[in-house]
Amino acid sequence: MPQPSLYQEEHHPSPLQYTWMEFKKNHIAVAGFFCFTFFLIITIFCPLLAPFDPNMQQIGDLLIPPSWYPNGGISHLFGTDALGRDLLSRIIYGCRMTFGISILLVIVAMLLGVGLGALAGMSKGFRSSFINHTLDSIQAIPTLLIAIIIIAILGPGLVNSMWAIALSLIPQFVHQTRDFIRRELSKEYIMAAKLDGASKRHIFIHSILPNMGEMLVVQATLALSVSILDISALGFLKLGAQAPSSELGAMLLEGIEVAYIAPWTIAVPGGALFVMIISINLVGDGLRSALRNRLLH
Amino acid sequence: MDLIEVEDLTFQNTIKSMWSKKKITFDLGPVSFNFKAGETLAIVGNNGSGKSLLAKLLVGLETPKSGKIFMNGVELNKSNINVRCLDIRMIFQNTNESLNPGLTLGTILEEPLRLNTKLNAQERISLIEHTLRQVGLMTEHRFFYRHMLSDGQRQRIALARALILNPKVIVADEPFAALDPSVRSQAVNLLMKLQRDLGLGFIFISQNLGIVRHISDKVIIMKDGKVIESGKTDVIFNWPKDEYTKKLVDSHQALVNRQNN
Repeated sequence: MPQPSLYQEEHHPSPLQYTWMEFKKNHIAVAGFFCFTFFLIITIFCPLLAPFDPNMQQIGDLLIPPSWYPNGGISHLFGTDALGRDLLSRIIYGCRMTFGISILLVIVAMLLGVGLGALAGMSKGFRSSFINHTLDSIQAIPTLLIAIIIIAILGPGLVNSMWAIALSLIPQFVHQTRDFIRRELSKEYIMAAKLDGASKRHIFIHSILPNMGEMLVVQATLALSVSILDISALGFLKLGAQAPSSELGAMLLEGIEVAYIAPWTIAVPGGALFVMIISINLVGDGLRSALRNRLLH
Repeated sequence: MDLIEVEDLTFQNTIKSMWSKKKITFDLGPVSFNFKAGETLAIVGNNGSGKSLLAKLLVGLETPKSGKIFMNGVELNKSNINVRCLDIRMIFQNTNESLNPGLTLGTILEEPLRLNTKLNAQERISLIEHTLRQVGLMTEHRFFYRHMLSDGQRQRIALARALILNPKVIVADEPFAALDPSVRSQAVNLLMKLQRDLGLGFIFISQNLGIVRHISDKVIIMKDGKVIESGKTDVIFNWPKDEYTKKLVDSHQALVNRQNN
């Protein structure tokens, strides 16, 4: 017997649409989301957007102020630095380095961390604790110190600082995932899934993973802001990205030398970092409450 | 032939520790009973009497220490756990907890089909819609989430989940405890109708003697993991032998009399 469709105008939104409907209600978070998307677009399309080569030195145009200064020019929107390089182009490439690499690091750390955490959470006894605590020793040492140790062995450089930051991000993900899985496993719907004949892998993928979104968003937000700060801090300390590169921390270091005569050389990269981290936190916070509210009303 | 036959089932809950000897914290059984298709068996007892544990042993969530469970003359053990998934289904005490909050009800109902049958996507959806209608819900409910339903509707979903594999036995652990009286009687009537239509065997754990008397054919009274008394419902309610059973029946009778007056 065909069932008559009673409500033709009714449609059933997917989980993603529900999340977006909840997310839209928080206006500040939406503003943050636009900021975040803006940085993402810059990161992906930076060669198309940057007006100059970030390392091209124009000898005639040293320390030109930004365009809103009386003696600034429109050809260099954010002015130039002490070597005559266009700051706008450097900032755009700097976003790609700092922001892009941070996202990459968080994705890698999240995959590894959630994988290990899932192994630890789904297994029992010694194996579980072993997986859970292998990376704990890393947590005892601050990120910067780990970076310094790695750099002392392998020499300074962006790639080495990336290793250090990725390593220090993983343990948080492992712990949170394991604790979350442990909490979920004791719930009755997991028991119901077991009675359906589900294997451990099936239970993890189909029963636990759909509920993990909120926890992952919180952790990824924290990890993203930490890794942005760490990358630029290491760049600033000459341990990460090295001088000619347009990493935001390294740019700040170069700007410090001429800070009194050209304050824009530190204000612009500093402001970019500030906006970046604020937008990440806003999006993370909004997304978390959207994911939670989606399942409440 | 008996649909389910249980022989001398026992279980021990122990705490294992590295430093001390095994401690026995709970002793169940031996429990023996049997019942035929279309019959209802009620298990009654106070809190901590091992009723829920018995249900878990029957559906295979826990492994018994000794004893055997036969279904249609075939012994159930770890090697044929798939048979158990298909033919013995459980309804949990707290239906709210037994539904995954992150999945739509359609996905929840699809899971047992995907794991235990070879139906394709289209057949699965039509079977889900059929089962939803069977328990008195609309087909649209398959797009809903747990939090959008009322308690009574959740109860129906739990029932749909148990029915969808077309089982022979349903084990229900206090399925009506959380429902208000009107919804409860609806659910009871629905269950009895489905049992009549489908010829299900029904094991029913409850503390509500009124419902037990109404729907069950046989009763087992349990206390501290031991079977105190078992037999036909009429016999137990009219001529209880054990002191504990007498108390239970008397208190229930007193309640009924007070309501009638």
